[in-house]
Amino acid sequence: MRTSGLPAFAENLRQLPANLKASFSRHDAPTSDRSRSQAVFSNLFLHIHSTRTHVNSLRLRATFGLGVAAFSLFMILVGTGILLMVYYTPSTDLAYNSMKDIHYIVPTGRFIRNIHRWAAHLMVATVLLHMCRIFYTASYKAPREFNWILGMILLVLTLALSFTGYLLPWDQLAFWAITIGANIAASPRELTDALGITAYFDPGGMQKELLLGASTVGQDALTRFYLLHVMVLPLALSAVAGVHFWRIRKDGGLGRPGVTMTAAGKGASVGVPATMPEDAPRKTYGLMCVVRDRSEATDQDPIDTVPSWPYLLRAELLVFMVTMFACVALALISDAPLKEMANPAVPENPAKAPWYFLGLQEMVSYSAFMGGLIIPVVVILGLGLIPYLDREPEDAGVYFSGPRGRKVALRTTVFATIAAVLSVAIPVNYGWLRNWFPGISQLVVILINPGSLLTAAYAAWSILVLHRTGSTRLGAIALFTCFVVGFVILTYVGTSLRGPNWDFYWSQADWPVH
Amino acid sequence: MPQRLEPDLVERRDFLGLAGIWAAAVAILGSVLGMLRLPKPSVLPETGSRIRIGRPDEFPSGTTRAYPEHQVLVLSNPNGVAAISMECTHLGCVVAKTETGFSCPCHGSAFNADGEVVTGPAPRTLRWLEVGQTVDGRLIVDAKREVSPGTYLKV
Repeated sequence: MRTSGLPAFAENLRQLPANLKASFSRHDAPTSDRSRSQAVFSNLFLHIHSTRTHVNSLRLRATFGLGVAAFSLFMILVGTGILLMVYYTPSTDLAYNSMKDIHYIVPTGRFIRNIHRWAAHLMVATVLLHMCRIFYTASYKAPREFNWILGMILLVLTLALSFTGYLLPWDQLAFWAITIGANIAASPRELTDALGITAYFDPGGMQKELLLGASTVGQDALTRFYLLHVMVLPLALSAVAGVHFWRIRKDGGLGRPGVTMTAAGKGASVGVPATMPEDAPRKTYGLMCVVRDRSEATDQDPIDTVPSWPYLLRAELLVFMVTMFACVALALISDAPLKEMANPAVPENPAKAPWYFLGLQEMVSYSAFMGGLIIPVVVILGLGLIPYLDREPEDAGVYFSGPRGRKVALRTTVFATIAAVLSVAIPVNYGWLRNWFPGISQLVVILINPGSLLTAAYAAWSILVLHRTGSTRLGAIALFTCFVVGFVILTYVGTSLRGPNWDFYWSQADWPVH
Repeated sequence: MPQRLEPDLVERRDFLGLAGIWAAAVAILGSVLGMLRLPKPSVLPETGSRIRIGRPDEFPSGTTRAYPEHQVLVLSNPNGVAAISMECTHLGCVVAKTETGFSCPCHGSAFNADGEVVTGPAPRTLRWLEVGQTVDGRLIVDAKREVSPGTYLKV
């Protein structure tokens, strides 16, 4: 005799919400440390965290939350960016007008655009500060060397995203900033021209052509920059950021005080629990907090760690909310600028890039090839290789690696400030080689300029520190501090002290009126 | 010990496996390089570079006339007629005509009346452009054809 399937069906229907929820979360309600750990462990988005976090990683001073803030800003940028794409049209005829629509007509358009613009500025600043934190706490040391390189790649991608976003409004500032940027890409021509080989070998022209798709900034350039800005670079940044986070886990968690790195790369507390079996695979260590059995090491907290849920997740949420608050507050206070529509016949005077490129622009005003290409590449390479050239084993997490490092950083700051101020003051007051020797060879003018001399002075100072102290870490502190001071001073000069014709003015009030 | 006359033989399976992997690697690399050919334009979207500027008698000796939309300055003196590009040789901003020559608003390069660099980061003299004549004697400037500085067209 056949029984009806209806009761079973009704029962399934009754159970549907519970079963749906169970299949979604794959674990019990997160009411105990164990089930919360399971939640972190078995969730795709949460499992980039370890199930337990070292208490020292959670202290504000250890990280200042800068990495999470940078990623929060990236997420805010993706969200607001998608909203802006709803109305923006990447065409030279329509781009500027669609910006005006977004600004004046689209509901909340101005607000969203302001958030996007402020989040972009904050992201560059946060990424730079994050780099400083990693460097001064020696968190780039083995086994985290490669993650430092990934961080450098993320810095370059962040700057590239800012730069490509800059063209899209198609206003005067956008047009001339990109014209200058594209010609920096073409600046190897300075060298090939000076050597007389441009006709046969022209890497500069090739780079410019690939970037612009034409010989001047026009529709093709706008299409290419749009594609890079909304598609290629965000995807690349997401992928590299994913690897960056994954490497934090694989390289032993965040650099933090009170933890010595072992050869295997796992951060073990200074007092390794005696109960931990010596020959057990280290990877199971994290799992033991989740898996219950009768081994002595399981079901008890590894020393000095707390469950990531709720402690770490709560800290991350807090950083995200603070970041969000900062963007919204700034967006309410200050509007993103929109200049007149792009006019290829009349450049802006002065034509200034956003603040984080103005240090670069200051160096470009000495020589496009050296200041715009060679020096930045040397700086990026020099910073990127620091973990491989400074391999002194050291506990991560102590700022400046103690009093000696603080002293070196302080003295370097004094030296780097004097050097940077001189490199600006001498050309401003006394001119440079071409004013002194009018017939001088162009090659000499390109190679010997205030920017390249400053870079050389910084390198020489770092090598001197390295030699005198006998410590590669202190040499690295000298080099990085030089970079930070040089970046800050040149950025300040470019932002505040340069006026029309890139002339020197103490204040914007002194700019000539015309 | 592998000897020169009796080298270590590669196992047949290893050889085939390695050959397969390398074939795939070369194919992928080749296609990536081939795909990168696409973004490099073979035709540049440009308007004509020849600018008609008028009859020679419109340019008596001593004339200077700017064509801002083409970024060209035409000047005439007893040597003849010449054209100088107003695109800065540093980073492509448009230079302004001053009493003594030219100056660039972007990074402060200054040039004398012949376009030679006086000060600033510009690496070379402003480009002098070819001035020609059509069959009926009108003057045209070709913004794409550079001539050596100091080249005048006698008219």
